[in-house]
Amino acid sequence: MKEEIARVHHEEWARVVAGLARRFGDLDVAEEAAAEAFAVAVERWPRDGVPPNPGGWLTTTTATRKAIDRLRRESHRDAKQQAARMLDDDTPFEPTGPVEDDRLRLVFTCCHPALAMEARVALTLRLVGGLTVAEIARAFLVQEATMAQRITRAKAKIKAAHIPYRLPTADDIRERLAGVLAVVFLVFNEGYLASGGDDPLRVDLTDEAIRLGRLLRTLLPDDGETAGLLALMLLTDARRLARVSRTGELVTLDEQDRGAWDRTLIAEGHALVRERLETVATDDESPGRYQVLAAISAVHTAAPSARDTDWSQIVALYDRLVMLDPSPIVRLNRAVAVAEVDGPAVALAEVDRLAEALDGYHAYHAARADLLRRHGRSDESRAAYDRAIGLAGNPAERAYLTRRRDQLAG
Amino acid sequence: MPTYMLSVYGPTEPGEFGPYPSKEAMLEAFADTGAFNDKLEREGHLVFADGLESASSATTVDGRGETPMFTDGPYLETKECIGGFWVIEASDLDEALALAAEGSRACRGKVEVRPFQTSESVAALLER
Repeated sequence: MKEEIARVHHEEWARVVAGLARRFGDLDVAEEAAAEAFAVAVERWPRDGVPPNPGGWLTTTTATRKAIDRLRRESHRDAKQQAARMLDDDTPFEPTGPVEDDRLRLVFTCCHPALAMEARVALTLRLVGGLTVAEIARAFLVQEATMAQRITRAKAKIKAAHIPYRLPTADDIRERLAGVLAVVFLVFNEGYLASGGDDPLRVDLTDEAIRLGRLLRTLLPDDGETAGLLALMLLTDARRLARVSRTGELVTLDEQDRGAWDRTLIAEGHALVRERLETVATDDESPGRYQVLAAISAVHTAAPSARDTDWSQIVALYDRLVMLDPSPIVRLNRAVAVAEVDGPAVALAEVDRLAEALDGYHAYHAARADLLRRHGRSDESRAAYDRAIGLAGNPAERAYLTRRRDQLAG
Repeated sequence: MPTYMLSVYGPTEPGEFGPYPSKEAMLEAFADTGAFNDKLEREGHLVFADGLESASSATTVDGRGETPMFTDGPYLETKECIGGFWVIEASDLDEALALAAEGSRACRGKVEVRPFQTSESVAALLER
């Protein structure tokens, strides 16, 4: 029963909150009523059984009543009139089609560009993902009270500034969607390579990001970047088990046990990448950043070993990525692939051009250390490893870098 | 309909042509801002709009004591300050932000968008 309720929570939470938010025009009321409805379910379902239409039961029977009760208590809303009007709205609860789905409005509202990024992340995890405030606080290593305040403030701004609860216009949907995908990717990355704390991986966050990615894919099945981001997350997450060793050390791609990769996730990711390649080929649509990153991941996960990887294909994809996003971090990753095709000396020359921009970034020094080692410049390599270890926040990564440094000759 | 204040920020110590580098630039900005104001009026958004004299012309008043205190200059001593503002009505923040972006382009300044209180939000305050 516990799992059954957890499953319904996963499947229905966002729908319940989104439906209530549309009906009552207030995220606070929607969130509280949804939480109360689930609390009632936890109490009643073990006794009475799960109702045949749990989403309908939660929304119509329970949460709507809770919301109306709350609005009645708040006398300043001219409660009687308002409650009467709401009771008249007897639109039956039914699962709506993807385009009309209230959940999409909820996502765009939570990820509104007028909100700070950390507020968008917190709101999305709470209102769309259904994580508790305590869970979100734990994931981002802040006090629960701090996280609660962040969410309360964001909801207050939505209300006071009249951030609309609707889909963006056709003119700005692309830009706004990019903002939504950025929130999901940030959650994933924080889980996949935690920047602080003791756990190198936070599975709760990667799982949640993938769940959000799947939801967006359901809601926007034709959008290329939405498919690309989901594929990228699946192909990255597929390598999760091989990525940290038993002793808690990060294992880089070339040293990973490819037999430990999750073949189901890889198959799903590859299918998405193929679907995008076909669409891009026929529709003359140019792929965005997530699609190119997913394609790079697909090349890696299709190779039987690091040596047998199609590195020139990877470099070609990075060339494409640099055109979309010429940031120093993308150029650093490109240089690492270049090393496999043209050797460490060519790659080092490219990496050294990024020194100024990336001096405070641990991955820059780690990549440079590895290239220097392969080029036989041990002393410089050691110094670069030292810088990387000093800057790395992730314990598994520090352990890996320390071992590599200590293996340097002389 | 929600009401918003769009405040334009610029240097506290303006040059010869205010925040603009030359007379031509100033005239262009005036013309664009004028056209933007006309559009606001035509589309029913405009409540009020005007530019302010420089911050050095401000006087700060504290009337909380028995005798009011007058101080020469603006309340906040900052390098940048408000130089003018629009009060507009918009259906929601998205519309207000889109208008603010147009206004910012027209007047060549950064614009802060801030909602006014509503009767509902004041009522909620009184409930506390």
